[in-house]
Amino acid sequence: MINYTEKIPNNVDLGRDRVLQRALEHWQPAFLGWWYDMGPTESRNYDVYLRTAVSVEPDGWAHFDYVKMPEYRWGIFLQPRDEQRQVNFGTHKGQPAWQEVPGEYRSTLRRIIVTQGDTEPASVEQQKMLGLSCPSLYDLRNIFQVNVEEGRHLWAMVYLLHRYFGRDGREEAEALLARRSGDTDNPRILGAFNEPTPDWLAFYMFTFFTDRDGKFQLCALAESGFDPLARTCRFMLTEEAHHMFVGETGVGRIIQRTCEVMKENKVEDPSEVRALGVIDLQTIQKYLNFHYSVTLDLYGSDVSSNAANYFTSGLKGRFRETKLDDDHVLIDASYPVSEVLGGKIVTKKVPALTALNERLRDDYIDEIADGVSRWQRVIDETGIAFRLSLPHKGFHRAIGNFAGHFISPEGEVLTEEAWKQHEFEWLPGPKDYGFVQSLMTGRVTEPGKFANWIAPPLRGINNKRLNFEYVRFN
Amino acid sequence: MDAAVTQEVKTRPAAVDYQTEPSRYKHWRLSFDGPVATLTMDVAEDGGIRPGYKLKLNSYDLGVDIELQDALQRIRFEHPEVRCVVFASAKNRIFCSGANIYMLGLSSHAWKVNFCKFTNETRIGIEDSSRNSGLKFLAACNGTTAGGGYELALACDEIILVDDRSSAVSLPELPLLGVLPGTGGLTRLTDKRKVRKDLADTFCTSQDGVRGQRAKDWRLVDEIVKPQQFAEHVKQRALKLAELSDRPVGAKGISLTPLKKVSDDSGLHYEYLDVQFNRAARTATITVRAPESVGEQTVEKALAAAANWWPLQMARELDDAILSLRTNELELGLWVMKTAGNPDAVLALDKFLLSHQDNWFVREVLGMMRRTFARLEVTSRSIYAITESGSCFAGTLVELALAADRIYIRDTEEVDSVATMTLSEMNFGPLPMVNRLSRLAARFYGDKSTIESLHQQIGKKLSAREALEAGLVTSAPDDLDWEDEIRQALESRAAQSPDALTGLEANLRFGPSETPETRIFGRLSAWQNWIFIRPNAVGQSGALKVYGTGAPVKFDWEKV
Repeated sequence: MINYTEKIPNNVDLGRDRVLQRALEHWQPAFLGWWYDMGPTESRNYDVYLRTAVSVEPDGWAHFDYVKMPEYRWGIFLQPRDEQRQVNFGTHKGQPAWQEVPGEYRSTLRRIIVTQGDTEPASVEQQKMLGLSCPSLYDLRNIFQVNVEEGRHLWAMVYLLHRYFGRDGREEAEALLARRSGDTDNPRILGAFNEPTPDWLAFYMFTFFTDRDGKFQLCALAESGFDPLARTCRFMLTEEAHHMFVGETGVGRIIQRTCEVMKENKVEDPSEVRALGVIDLQTIQKYLNFHYSVTLDLYGSDVSSNAANYFTSGLKGRFRETKLDDDHVLIDASYPVSEVLGGKIVTKKVPALTALNERLRDDYIDEIADGVSRWQRVIDETGIAFRLSLPHKGFHRAIGNFAGHFISPEGEVLTEEAWKQHEFEWLPGPKDYGFVQSLMTGRVTEPGKFANWIAPPLRGINNKRLNFEYVRFN
Repeated sequence: MDAAVTQEVKTRPAAVDYQTEPSRYKHWRLSFDGPVATLTMDVAEDGGIRPGYKLKLNSYDLGVDIELQDALQRIRFEHPEVRCVVFASAKNRIFCSGANIYMLGLSSHAWKVNFCKFTNETRIGIEDSSRNSGLKFLAACNGTTAGGGYELALACDEIILVDDRSSAVSLPELPLLGVLPGTGGLTRLTDKRKVRKDLADTFCTSQDGVRGQRAKDWRLVDEIVKPQQFAEHVKQRALKLAELSDRPVGAKGISLTPLKKVSDDSGLHYEYLDVQFNRAARTATITVRAPESVGEQTVEKALAAAANWWPLQMARELDDAILSLRTNELELGLWVMKTAGNPDAVLALDKFLLSHQDNWFVREVLGMMRRTFARLEVTSRSIYAITESGSCFAGTLVELALAADRIYIRDTEEVDSVATMTLSEMNFGPLPMVNRLSRLAARFYGDKSTIESLHQQIGKKLSAREALEAGLVTSAPDDLDWEDEIRQALESRAAQSPDALTGLEANLRFGPSETPETRIFGRLSAWQNWIFIRPNAVGQSGALKVYGTGAPVKFDWEKV
């Protein structure tokens, strides 16, 4: 038997919920088994300075201490319930928010939750090996923090499956532990979560771009008329912010280091930059192009009847739904969507209900653009003349209207042949990956030290010094 | 989901009551002469069950057929001495001109479909009684025998047509109305009377039909008889048919007393059966109660109990509930079958019923149960059976579960009140579906070893897990999951397209083999119902719509 309240901090009355207890009796050991198999390599005995959410109070969600990761207290937290909350969009708008799964939407809701839940362990699997090449204890601690919190987000989704979906919920929860990122026979559900995360630049890019997709999906689900899902997602969002911080500052610190070295040594040519042991800005741009385009695919088809159904049924809203000033039903609204027609990219208006994926993608792009301009500022401040840019929305897409077309980062429609000729000018090729990985052959374990290819952060975690021993290897 | 609560309440027409008795008949006369009963059709023109049409020329509507069904029941139970039933007409030179066309033109799609289903069941019931309980039927076609009139004749064992050089049998639905002879007419022409397909084609596309010798040559009738000899010939043939019967001589019938039924906003309430409406959820929960105990059974006791004998009363109540719900509660799309009472009582009654089939009454009761349960699968409602503590899914009542689209059983840990299922011999053949297979045989596609191993479980109270293991139930949620699983199962079913669900259920319920009955309900009715919603029948200028108005029929000539 598990001592639930001790081991699993929660605000869902787990100690008295037999349904949950029964489900967790099986699942919790299976989760630990998965963590041992697929969690960070060789990390079992490390003491890691991690934050743990122990309550939903302002002082409770970020409790810092050393912890061995298998003993991390993965908890179950929902934002406290608002008794007045309603379904705020779609045909059920104005009805009280659902506290139980409406039977007619059961399978749809389960699919939404499973799809979201599947991304959480996937990213842990993708990042499994990176601890062996960390650039500092600070960064190692950060990746572990991200990993355990992805684990907690898995718990959050599994809570919903266990609590509200009976036996098939339990089966789906087990399947979440059985799929494996990148496994041909048993892959994770979404494409981007089967791409390898081969190095730390990829990791930072992933947390900046792909975790931000997670944020937008969570924001849309935080609007759900199914109240437990909304409340779960709201709490997850408080943690998600840190992951994106890791990504944005990680890439920013690499850029900063590169620019410093370029300036110090007065070099601009990428091969000369590389020779100095830092990552040239051109390669950073290629990584950016890759992660941005792969992540855009995660939003799904530009025109999607599923997205329309989710909205109309009140299951998944838009980004900041309740802050938007419209009827929240969208029957008569339209939205512009791009497509390739006769060799040109054209924009046409489609019913807004069918374009909700595209709309969420556009909201995401706005936020991404802000982040990229902050990186640009790092470059500009060093006086290096280089512009980072976001490629065209249609570049390197495998899902939606642009799939099957060959579009350059500038937005020209090309032939396949022409596009392939330039492929590795735009996307990282084997040589680029080889180079980046050549910089990351070992790990930096001395407190306060940083690898040559990355600048130290401005400050430490939880106001600790940079030379604080964030990870003890024992 | 409670969206339905806010919907406006549609104005409901007066509920149709399927209960009647001979003194209230408007359209039929029932007379007896020794072993022969005569059912004389004399339809009252102004006696339609709904306003807006006149029932001319012995045409019929649902009300006429409700009386017919009741009369057949009276003959089965109140007149065991009857061995042959003659269908006759009180109208000069008209036997019956079929379903009233103006009624069809005015009816909603749902009404038409339900009407046709009921008339089909009644005619199949005629053949069922001929096959299983020695009642023979003779159609004495004294004149025009058209459409549904001929379809009624086709349900009889023998058809005698008057040979007056003008009276014909006909199926004019197609040329006249742009629809099919959908009350089994097409199916019986081929499957029963083996009319060659080109002749059947000719017959069904002619308004005038076929008379005299040709009608006999084409096997459309069995005899043609001159008007002078007609009455005597019918009498002689009826007596001959009666000789084929094994109905008892000198037995005394029982009285089919009126059901004690209370119908109110909450549902339909009978003695052994209760129907609870949940309009918001669009479900009807049907609970069948078995007796708490039965003493030692004898034929005499059963006859003394008569209409109050549990197997008969339960079947009559269920029959009435099915028909009422089908006609009057169109939006209650999901029926939830529950049972209560003592399983041992049902098992004891099953044993008694099956070992006393030589008695006419016991045989008729079994027939009533068979025909009533067979209505379930041809009902266009989703059916879920729910087995929990206190349920009584044993023997005969297991058929209610097996007729369902899904069966849920509660896998409980509360030992004193575990849900169980108990099979009896009744589940292995005596209560076939319209495909003439037992529900178990159909469920397992006739797999002999499965059915044999189930047969060995007869009398054993199967636990939820055993029932699940044996394939008898769909799902066995445990105590922790039960409530939410069932709620969601009901909600998600009730939310799906009623049309598509009906189509799905009709496809899944019967399995691969066909009988004339499944062909009537599956092929004939499905095509008819398609035609019924097509503009060529019911559009502004559709044939059914404009019939009798003088307005021209306009077809969309695209053949789909």
